[in-house]
Amino acid sequence: MIPAPFAYARPTTVDEALQAIADGGEDVKIMAGGQSLIPVMRLRLAAPETVVDLSKVAELRGVRDDGDAIVIGAMTTHHDVLVDPLIAQHAPLIAEATETVADRQVRARGTFGGALAHADPAGDLPAVALALDAEFVIAGPGGARRTVPAADFFVDYLTTALEEGELLVEIRVPKLAGEWGMHYEKFNRVAQAWSIVAVAAAVRREDGQIAEARIGLTNMGPTPLRARAAEAALAGAAASADAIAAAAQSAAEGTSPSSDLNGQADYRRHLAQVLTRRAVTAAAGL
Amino acid sequence: MTVTEDAADLAPAKEVGKARRRKEDARLITGRTTWTDNMVLPGMLHIAVVRSPVAHAKITNVDVSAAKQAPGIIAVYTGADFAEEQGSIPCAWPVTPDMVNPGHPSIAVEEVNHVGEAVAVIVARSRTAAADALELVDVDYDLLPPVLDMEEAVKGEADLCHDHIESNTAYHFVFDAGEAGTGADTEQAFADADVVVSRRFVNQRLIPAFMEPRSVVVQPQGDNFTMWSATQIPHVLRVMLAMVTGIPEHKLRVIAPDVGGGFGGKLQVNPEEVIALLVARRLGKPVKWTETRSESLMTAHHGRDQIQYIDVAADREGNVKALRVRLLADMGAYLRLITPGVPALGAFMFPAIYKFPAYRFECDGIFTNKVPTDAYRGAGRPEATFAIERIMDELAVELGMDPLELRRRNWIQAQEFPFTTVAGLEYDSGDYDAATQQALELIGYDELRAEQRRRRESNDPVQLGIGFSTFTEMCGLAPSRVLGSLSYGAGGWEAASIRMLPTGKVEVVTGSTPHGQGHETAWSQLVADQLGVPFEDVEVLHGDTAVSPRGMDTYGSRSLVVGGTAVVKAAEKVVAKARKVAAHLLEASEDDLEFADGKFSVRGTPGTSMGIQEIALAVFAAHNYPEDVEPSIDADATFDPVNFSFPHGTHICAMEVDTETGMVKIRKYACVDDVGTIVNPLIVEGQIHGGLAQGIAQALYEEAVYDADGNLTTGTFVDYLVPSAADLPHFDTGNTVHAAPGNPIGAKGVGEAGCIASTPAVVNAALDAVRHLGVSDIRMPLTPERVWRALHEGGDGGARATAGTNAYGGAQTETTAGVSTPQSSLGGDR
Repeated sequence: MIPAPFAYARPTTVDEALQAIADGGEDVKIMAGGQSLIPVMRLRLAAPETVVDLSKVAELRGVRDDGDAIVIGAMTTHHDVLVDPLIAQHAPLIAEATETVADRQVRARGTFGGALAHADPAGDLPAVALALDAEFVIAGPGGARRTVPAADFFVDYLTTALEEGELLVEIRVPKLAGEWGMHYEKFNRVAQAWSIVAVAAAVRREDGQIAEARIGLTNMGPTPLRARAAEAALAGAAASADAIAAAAQSAAEGTSPSSDLNGQADYRRHLAQVLTRRAVTAAAGL
Repeated sequence: MTVTEDAADLAPAKEVGKARRRKEDARLITGRTTWTDNMVLPGMLHIAVVRSPVAHAKITNVDVSAAKQAPGIIAVYTGADFAEEQGSIPCAWPVTPDMVNPGHPSIAVEEVNHVGEAVAVIVARSRTAAADALELVDVDYDLLPPVLDMEEAVKGEADLCHDHIESNTAYHFVFDAGEAGTGADTEQAFADADVVVSRRFVNQRLIPAFMEPRSVVVQPQGDNFTMWSATQIPHVLRVMLAMVTGIPEHKLRVIAPDVGGGFGGKLQVNPEEVIALLVARRLGKPVKWTETRSESLMTAHHGRDQIQYIDVAADREGNVKALRVRLLADMGAYLRLITPGVPALGAFMFPAIYKFPAYRFECDGIFTNKVPTDAYRGAGRPEATFAIERIMDELAVELGMDPLELRRRNWIQAQEFPFTTVAGLEYDSGDYDAATQQALELIGYDELRAEQRRRRESNDPVQLGIGFSTFTEMCGLAPSRVLGSLSYGAGGWEAASIRMLPTGKVEVVTGSTPHGQGHETAWSQLVADQLGVPFEDVEVLHGDTAVSPRGMDTYGSRSLVVGGTAVVKAAEKVVAKARKVAAHLLEASEDDLEFADGKFSVRGTPGTSMGIQEIALAVFAAHNYPEDVEPSIDADATFDPVNFSFPHGTHICAMEVDTETGMVKIRKYACVDDVGTIVNPLIVEGQIHGGLAQGIAQALYEEAVYDADGNLTTGTFVDYLVPSAADLPHFDTGNTVHAAPGNPIGAKGVGEAGCIASTPAVVNAALDAVRHLGVSDIRMPLTPERVWRALHEGGDGGARATAGTNAYGGAQTETTAGVSTPQSSLGGDR
């Protein structure tokens, strides 16, 4: 369990980080909390030429209020997410999902941005970011910045819209207007395990009806997915157990889950329906 | 200050029975101790092992030239380099005279037979240099079809695991009570029976998953060798290594320093131990090998892995008439130390606590292209207990009887002990009914049954079930003569010495080498009582063949029962020797001396006494001692039990099953165990908890899974699920105490009880929850998917998809064997 040799850079600013990435050669890996990168390097699944360690880049940490959105620095640790009052107020779904990530030790080091940039389909936070229509602020060579919506950020298995030489710097989570309820329903076999399937739901209720529902699915394909058909079925539906159950029947539409030790694809599709019903029911306050 | 104390307060409290915290724990828990991998010797070289990424192949070429050129590399060896001297990993248990042993090279020479088998060895100046060179060894394999499925492997036209032997069957072992004279004719009993229930159970392959990885250090000194190894069995290892390598036994010293768990997984002569010894001998330099966690899961021996065909016969009133057991037991690719003996040992436990008049057991040991199986906590007994406790529930269903009522009708009654079973074992003591009553009260049985009814009536998506396991096991391994009759290659005695130091402190030398059980504490308690010395004055030495030259080590819940007894007997000899000296010094007759609380006093002469610790000093000075004795009160003892001991207990599990998702959750768990006299309640409680965790893990979480090519896909703890405290319920535990008559302590053994008993209780509970929905079996582990499939598709939930999880890139065998794959260059940031 010893990684292959690699060069190591530990910049202190975003500019320095971008420079280190540019200088790092053919195969650069950016390390945030290292909770996924270090294990795959130790298993020699990854053998990067250079590791750029962001742990000293202070400007990437923390959460701030930016008017219509809260902005979460990419290097904000899971632990800091859990205790942040802005997240608790505007995006409790993030905190709820973060609390299910691995264990206390991992949450002390692992970061919000690292988990999203890693884009593990079994990871909990990508589906949450997708459900909340988060935006990803990316810095490129020379310091140029661009913003990518969550819907375009997750491209494939462990692959995002981040290009070579780029760095995820912060995530903008829009503040939601109206009365929203949220819930993250995770299904796994032991406490520290990745999700077999999980469902992130945000529901806006209006006059006893469900005005709008946003549903993110974890581990139902190579990327996190929105359960669009279920969302459509819920829009304007009665906030009732029967209506939610009916809508949840379509939760697995358009998904392509994998088959592995924890479940074959048909079982995952079934779980997506049950968990969507449970997540939406809880989010709707029923 | 005036203090008045009555006599009872003056007498020191007995140590036995006291819940002492373990004196060894501080150093073990903090790691500030001599774990083998902590050892650093001057000039020490590091070994890394190149392992096969394929399950079955001929080796056509091994090119080590690039690896030899790598920085820091001292040598690279292949199987051919050691072919003449490596011999075969020994198998000490030829269960039948005609058992076929294909031979087990430490480094493969011509053929590999499981993924992870050693094919070359790198020796380097640093551990990192050795690891870096692994990928530079280029091995050409000519692939052969892997043999993976036992039921396929026994068919006539099956591919062969070893082409130089005739079939995939290592042995056919039979125990027939009719032939042995311990029971009636089994076939006749089945022919005459009103009711016969037959089932096929799968007792899946498990990985011991001890906490401290295996590690070995070898230091050559002239023609002597010292080996430090993270092993359970330094004494056995020394004998076996001498036989395998030809290094004379007296030139080899083996030390097991503090060892971090084993569960039977370190009851082995490992290929890497042989390799380290051969490399040290070849180079004349100290070497170290420490496995990675991936290597540990992939190449340390596995446990269990049986397909069980169980038939039970009974009359309509629920009186059992006969039991017939046929096993296919997966040996894996080779026979290691006691690979063939594990299922054979189980043969004697299938009849369990029930009065079967007839019994027949047959077992075929089968070769497959997987890592060998061997001892794992319980070793044969959990498999047997699982099968019998499951089939008793099936029989109860068939008869329409309450499962507990069926058991009660057939179990041995308290007044019937000692009881000779249909398997020929003489059960020593116990009271199954008392343990059961206590367990029912602990779990709140009536309330749970009422809730179960409510949930059924309301068609609740979450159903509740209650499962029983009324078990016994054979512990205190083992009477040497019995082992001889079973063709085992060694005895089952244990040795101890007690050294009385001049300052009155006591050194206890035990041959029973601990690997985390708390021997130092428990032995100190025993000796403190026997010699009347303070607990703190006792030090327990172990694990070094130069310090404790004779021993049989720790496994099979034997240490307290056999090793503890040897300690007690040595202490009795110390007292007897000290008595002579005391009589001399006190100028009294030996017959007039009383020994209590560490003091010899002269009967009828108050105030005249001498402590045993004072006598130790007097004997050290040796100025004044009796003419006819040596100036020493030290003593040795060896204890060989006449019979096994038979702990028993009743375990009850209450299980919630979410019928929508298949998720199972233990609601309550209660057990009452009779492990005989309890020396340290805290240690007993800890052993029960740990055992329960492992037994529950077999039922719900753990399974070593191989894919169709023979790759271990549960190659990391991401996919091989070991539960943590967060995943387990509160345990309500209790004890009944029926002292074991076979040893002076009265102990029966507790190391394996929780692990043996719990698995069927958990599965029976899950089935009880959903049987009314048409489910009669679910294969272990009870993954949510299997439970869901059993509920919605019928059957037992079937086989799982073999692919490892996709989480973090799916770390599977082909990559952890050191072979790069397309996934080696994964995208994304982590």
